Amino acid sequence: MPRRLWFRIGLVTVVIAISLFYLYPPKKRINLGLDLQGGIHLVLGVEADKFVASQTERAAEDFKNGLERKGVGVKKIAAEGLGQIGVELANPANLNDALTVAAEFSTFDVTNRDDKAGRFTLAMRDRQIAQLRDDAVRQGVETIRNRVDQFGVAEPTITRQGSDRILIQLPGVQDPERAKALIGKTALLEFKLLDEQTPVEQALAGRVPETSEVIFQRIVDKDSKTERKQPYVVQKRTLLTGAELTRAEVQADPNSPGNWQVAIEFTATGARIFGDVTEQNVGRRLAIILDGNLYSAPRINERIPGGRAVITGQFSVDEARDLAIVLRAGALPAPVTILEERTVGPSLGADSIRQGMIAILGSAAAVVVFMLLYYRLSGLIADVALVLNLMILLASMAAFGATLTLPGIAGIALTIGMAVDTNILIFERIREELRVGKSPRSAIEAGFHRALRTIIDTHLTVMVTAAILYNFGTGPVKGFAVSLFVGLAASLFTAYFFTRLLFDIVYVGRRKVESISI
Amino acid sequence: MIELFHEPSFNFIGRRRWAYIVSIAITLIGLAALATKGLHYDIDFTGGTLVQVRFEQPPSVATIRAGLTRIKLGESIIQQFGDPREFIIRMPLTTTSSEELAKRMEGALKQESSLGNFEIRRVEFVGPQVGKELQWQAIQAVLYGLIGILVYIALRFDLKGGVAAVVAVFHDVLVCLGAISLTGREFSLPVLAALLTIIGFSVNDTIVAYDRLRENRGKFVPKGKTFADQMNDAVNQTLSRTVLTSLTVFLSAAILLFFGGKTLEDFAFVLFVGVITGTYSTTYVAAALVVDWTRYFEGRVGRGKKAVVKA
Repeated sequence: MPRRLWFRIGLVTVVIAISLFYLYPPKKRINLGLDLQGGIHLVLGVEADKFVASQTERAAEDFKNGLERKGVGVKKIAAEGLGQIGVELANPANLNDALTVAAEFSTFDVTNRDDKAGRFTLAMRDRQIAQLRDDAVRQGVETIRNRVDQFGVAEPTITRQGSDRILIQLPGVQDPERAKALIGKTALLEFKLLDEQTPVEQALAGRVPETSEVIFQRIVDKDSKTERKQPYVVQKRTLLTGAELTRAEVQADPNSPGNWQVAIEFTATGARIFGDVTEQNVGRRLAIILDGNLYSAPRINERIPGGRAVITGQFSVDEARDLAIVLRAGALPAPVTILEERTVGPSLGADSIRQGMIAILGSAAAVVVFMLLYYRLSGLIADVALVLNLMILLASMAAFGATLTLPGIAGIALTIGMAVDTNILIFERIREELRVGKSPRSAIEAGFHRALRTIIDTHLTVMVTAAILYNFGTGPVKGFAVSLFVGLAASLFTAYFFTRLLFDIVYVGRRKVESISI
Repeated sequence: MIELFHEPSFNFIGRRRWAYIVSIAITLIGLAALATKGLHYDIDFTGGTLVQVRFEQPPSVATIRAGLTRIKLGESIIQQFGDPREFIIRMPLTTTSSEELAKRMEGALKQESSLGNFEIRRVEFVGPQVGKELQWQAIQAVLYGLIGILVYIALRFDLKGGVAAVVAVFHDVLVCLGAISLTGREFSLPVLAALLTIIGFSVNDTIVAYDRLRENRGKFVPKGKTFADQMNDAVNQTLSRTVLTSLTVFLSAAILLFFGGKTLEDFAFVLFVGVITGTYSTTYVAAALVVDWTRYFEGRVGRGKKAVVKA
């Protein structure tokens, strides 16, 4: 045999070896999509502007404190619009002092200055707004990853998508509602004092002091499963947040059997603030508020040192555990909304795998038998090439960590149909050359040679559409595009190069070829 | 050896006028269906919530609807899905969140005691924003697909061939959309994927014919062979291959359609229709258009042999 032939045999052997290496063991190697193994696919939208707004409010608070330290009287300071703080001084003569303080806020510019009225606006720079928006999404991804890790999901995917979205895929999760609640919770824990001066009825009627607001406590009656909302009047000022928290553990609630509570522990700073707050407000009630819901409002009996507290509120053990997780993982910097959700139960996934396998095996069997009947020995060669094609396709998907979805399986079934197209093109061409009286060897030569250009054209156009599909599609459609693209690329190798090699081994090696079985 | 056709010499191109009538008729039927019946967009594009439920015993649609009416979701679309115990319930976009909706639905179905036990196997929720984006992305995907093909063929062959191929593909897309509309199937993301596959497949056939024409013209062309004759030869020479390939892809699509399960059914249906129209349109839309276009120019310019396909 010629040396070139040995080289080609070697190349094919290497390809087969690499494919087998990536494919073994198959169960572990191929990633199944959520539609096949069951699980949740979520796209969350981050309301990043709310993070900008909360940061603006914080800056407004800092600025006010700064002015107070300088002894500048203030008539009004309020966040208005996105990243804008409106300032009105008590005395316009103090404007220059105020501007010196403003100069320290390097991410803000002074605009709309009105010297006579002592008014100006602090506007956050666009670059800073963009930065904050970006931070909100990035921190959101981190926080959610943290929560999911603690919740315990095997191989979750949590990635940023576009500018303000987070894509979350949780394979094999049994309780989607619970997982969604865990992920979507902002988990902003706040400690505020109850406003006991203002009667609740008066507040509900709309007469609330500017420094207070009405917050509800959800009380669920365990027997009738009904929910009622208990209103409280709470001071707006936040004394302490969950950001100063180091630990959160689940405990049995000693006062209410069957219910659970979450014990929390503050950082050193948090503990000091907590100690001060409790010392200064003995006798008053401290409200514990999570995401705008009041959980409890115990009365402060004495100064609480050491920075420990408990959150109670009719929790089941799962609820308490999830609450502890979100508190430990920290709050989301901005609220999120569910934009898209696809949940597939495990039994449906198993059904889909079964049907997909039937479809693949069915179409493979039909095509293999057809080729064998129509082209005989050459058909067998094409069938062998088809098997190699599927092997390379699956191995490439394993190697690139691509995911096999149900539409992906359809793509494979279709690839089977298209892969033999190349062989049909070549074989028909060889038959034609034989018909015009060429010798078997030169017919093979001419058949392969003449079909090549057409084969490349047909492969490239379909690969172009597969690439476009990949770029525009979402999850399942992407899976289809991937298997179609890889399948076609593999078919260039197997249906052309590999088939040619088999032909050369069968026919060219011999001294004299009488006829071709085609 | 088995041969489908032995050196075929059908007069395909000569009968193209009839084919134009057929193509226009089919396209008009498709357009009429789209105009009157329209397309049922899946929640992928409209936004909304879809829940797939499997009951222990086959329930009646009326009982399910009665249960849903209680929570004011009586307007939902309830469809049997493959198995008689399996149902899909589609709810329009509401202000309620998807989890809330699924939970309320579960509660309502549980109250309908004759339904027995059931299992919620799939929940899909697509928000209005995402639905709109997906619509736009679908249009973009088809457009870019067509443009990509036009550019590729224009570069590899010539502009005339590219335009004719795109017209043929466009014809196939319309026929498939018409078939979806007539059979009352949903236009979903997988259906879109199938449409794009058909675009690729249909163009494949066209390229094989063009390639052959170009190759033949590179060789000695017998005197008296018009361009139409040459195109007809190319179509005939590639006929076995076209029919065989269509047959294998058709087999794959048919097996997907009949054994691939309900989830893949619409996808397979589009492939099934698309393979047929794709094969037809190669000869009777793409090749025929190139012939008439060339004749038109040759007649007008009168300088003869300037043809579609440069060697």
